[in-house]
Amino acid sequence: MATTDTTTPPRGLVALPATAARALVAIGAVATIASTFMSWTYTSDFPGDLTYYGSPAGLQILDLVAGVLTLLFALTLFGVRGLGWLNPATAIQPVLLAATSAFAVSWFSAIAIAVDLKGLVALDPGAYIAAVGSAIALVGALALPKPGDTFKDYVTKPDNIPPAAKLPAWGQRLVITAATALALIVFAYGVGVDPDASETFLGYILLVVFGTWSLFTAGLFDRFAQLNAGHKGFATSMAFLAAALFPFVENNEHNSNLGVNILVVATVALGLNIVVGLTGLLDLGYVAFLGVGAYAAALVSGSEFSRFSGVQFPFWAAMLTGMLASLVFGVLIGAPTLRLRGDYLAIVTLGFGEIFRITVNNLDGTSGPNLTNGPNGISMIPDLNIFGFNFGSNHDIGGFSLGRFANYFLLMLLITAIVVLVFTRAADSRIGRSWIAIREDETAATAMGINGFRVKLIAFALGASLAGLAGTVSAHVGYSVNPAPYQFAGSVPPNSAFLLAAVVLGGMGTVNGPILGATLLYMLPEKLSFLKEYQLLAFGVALVLLMRFRPEGIIANRRRQLEFHESDDTVHIPEQGLPDSTVGVTKAGA
Amino acid sequence: MTTTTAPSPVLEATGVTMRFGGLTAVRNVDLTVNAGEIVGLIGPNGAGKTTFFNCLTGLYVPTEGKVAYKGTVLPPKPHLVTDAGIARTFQNIRLFANMTVLENVLVGRHTRTKEGLWSAILRGPGFRKAEAASRERAMELLEFIGLAHKADHLSRNLPYGEQRKLEIARAMASEPGLLLLDEPTAGMNPQETRATEDLVFAIRDRGIAVLVIEHDMRFIFNLSDRVACLVQGEKLVEGTSEVVQGDERVIAAYLGEPFEGAPEDTAAAAVEAAEAHATEGDDQ
Repeated sequence: MATTDTTTPPRGLVALPATAARALVAIGAVATIASTFMSWTYTSDFPGDLTYYGSPAGLQILDLVAGVLTLLFALTLFGVRGLGWLNPATAIQPVLLAATSAFAVSWFSAIAIAVDLKGLVALDPGAYIAAVGSAIALVGALALPKPGDTFKDYVTKPDNIPPAAKLPAWGQRLVITAATALALIVFAYGVGVDPDASETFLGYILLVVFGTWSLFTAGLFDRFAQLNAGHKGFATSMAFLAAALFPFVENNEHNSNLGVNILVVATVALGLNIVVGLTGLLDLGYVAFLGVGAYAAALVSGSEFSRFSGVQFPFWAAMLTGMLASLVFGVLIGAPTLRLRGDYLAIVTLGFGEIFRITVNNLDGTSGPNLTNGPNGISMIPDLNIFGFNFGSNHDIGGFSLGRFANYFLLMLLITAIVVLVFTRAADSRIGRSWIAIREDETAATAMGINGFRVKLIAFALGASLAGLAGTVSAHVGYSVNPAPYQFAGSVPPNSAFLLAAVVLGGMGTVNGPILGATLLYMLPEKLSFLKEYQLLAFGVALVLLMRFRPEGIIANRRRQLEFHESDDTVHIPEQGLPDSTVGVTKAGA
Repeated sequence: MTTTTAPSPVLEATGVTMRFGGLTAVRNVDLTVNAGEIVGLIGPNGAGKTTFFNCLTGLYVPTEGKVAYKGTVLPPKPHLVTDAGIARTFQNIRLFANMTVLENVLVGRHTRTKEGLWSAILRGPGFRKAEAASRERAMELLEFIGLAHKADHLSRNLPYGEQRKLEIARAMASEPGLLLLDEPTAGMNPQETRATEDLVFAIRDRGIAVLVIEHDMRFIFNLSDRVACLVQGEKLVEGTSEVVQGDERVIAAYLGEPFEGAPEDTAAAAVEAAEAHATEGDDQ
């Protein structure tokens, strides 16, 4: 559809012969790559220290990656052998987007240096070469034959991507392994960025957004999703293995702590996804269940500030206590409220969330019975000790020293794995189908014999107990629990609005969506310190933009994608008579 | 048309009355459907047919009267009614739009399967077996209505006629003894209507009694062993196609009172006119 018109040779936006355009992209890319080995500024004041010749650092590394990506995509246009897999349709879009990533990173860096160090004099020749080189590449990319008439054709995946050649099974597994490792490196690099170097992180975001986008338009994500679908178990294990390697790759306590917190919110978001994404119940007080779990675990942790300070449950018992407490609260709240539909339920759950926080605040012995120690919370929660493995101390594993947060990271990863397993298995079963049926049309669902109330209560209770499970670990990780974070909206992450945003942003009803959403929402304010005060504003803007341009979330559930883009013929595949098998796979990955 | 030798009632509705505030939508309606029977329910727009359906399926709790299925009084809860063995379709199609065709039918199997959350998470051999059996049964039903080749399509992407068929398959997945069809041919062309007719006969031949609301007179009189006519919430007449077709009150209800001493053959003309009128009325 959006391919070349055969009658008149298509021209680019910039009038140049196609060969010259291709050459320009390649030359620009090479210049960009070369520039990263030069000094960009004379002083080491700029974050990342970009003063060295011959060794790229900080933003230069990012620009180097962007340049290499551009060069590789440019070479695919020349038909270089061995690179066909990178751009199967020899499409223009990935080239343009890769060039854009290099351009964005280079120019952002140059401008950031000039602004931070007050003036263009701060720029060394390397920065100029990067700026000019990346601009040449971008102009070259724009001079390539137009993929279509509208701007949209430049940034969407073309339709004519040929199916992948069949690799042997070991080859497929190798590709999955490599891709997972790459994802781990990209993620670890982002987490590893110094929180004071907001500039570097912004460059990282630019590179990741445009780079991923260009790989997506090249059709590589669809192919990867196809491979994954063929090796589901293997791909999932690789993903978790990669996550488990994170504390070894990024061997730093601060970043491990970041990792644990991301896992906690991701796990809770996944639990919320059962309630919101699958069953369609808008729960605005979900964070309260995390709080119930955390408090339950804190009370039986043996902390001297706990009401039951003599009691110290082993971790498995504390975990069950937390889950059970959340489950009980979930049923207590759900039983009277789940008869309501839509907005009414949202308001009642919002109220419950606030009631939980205020009650916990008041159970301090003066305003009410002493149970939670009021606003002071329960502090000095001792570290976990499972089978003699003390989570509080350092452990040496294969030459790596794992600190306290790395230990908890691995524990939390195990719990995330359990929640992912529960989510996927529940979703694809009789009960999961009845949740989705309720979401789609409650009247019809009950007419099909589904006991709506019962099924909704199960979803609510399951979601609550999964949040409680995550809460038990988070209580130990954070040393203490107090009522402050368990609110509807706030600047500290575990709040209901944050969790909901993670689910909606990432993609409702999917496994990867809420995990990605939670990661993004947690990491961005953490790394972009200037954003902290405007976090809620940024949230709002991000959500509005998302709802406008991609209402199904970053990772789309196949169903929801079809729902929202019904008019786009690219997605409306069943009527074009393509075999269904490819539809399922290609759409699942998007 | 086959007639049952020993009529054993599947559905017995006695004295069903439904009031919404001061408005009586259904007044004291008795209706019996016997095993192996196809019963039609006709009436002008607003006669209370769908309200009566909703009373039968537990969507509404009748103000008075009771509904019994195979001798047991039904509880007024839709899911319990389905569990007991009455399945229905809806006048305005209510499929689970964003589920696949197969998944829609699998949801219909809900009452005939028992796997809960635990077995779904643990995935024991029992769960796998039940799931496989459910899928097999669902595919068999899709083959029956001729949609097996579209099992993986989203139901919202099906053309209109196939959506209607899918609704029937979904209802049949609950293994009902009685199927209630609410205007199954609304909006269909004559060929599709004919195909639906065959489908309803095939359903009856599977031992499922059918109660069908319809405006298409030709369709309903071809199909039904008995027809009941509902006018302004009351059952005006019930009997074989010939009896109802010939009943003056039915004609009057559709067309208004004929003038006194009208010639004989105007009655037949009136019926034809009524058919034509009703077919046009489907568009509404």
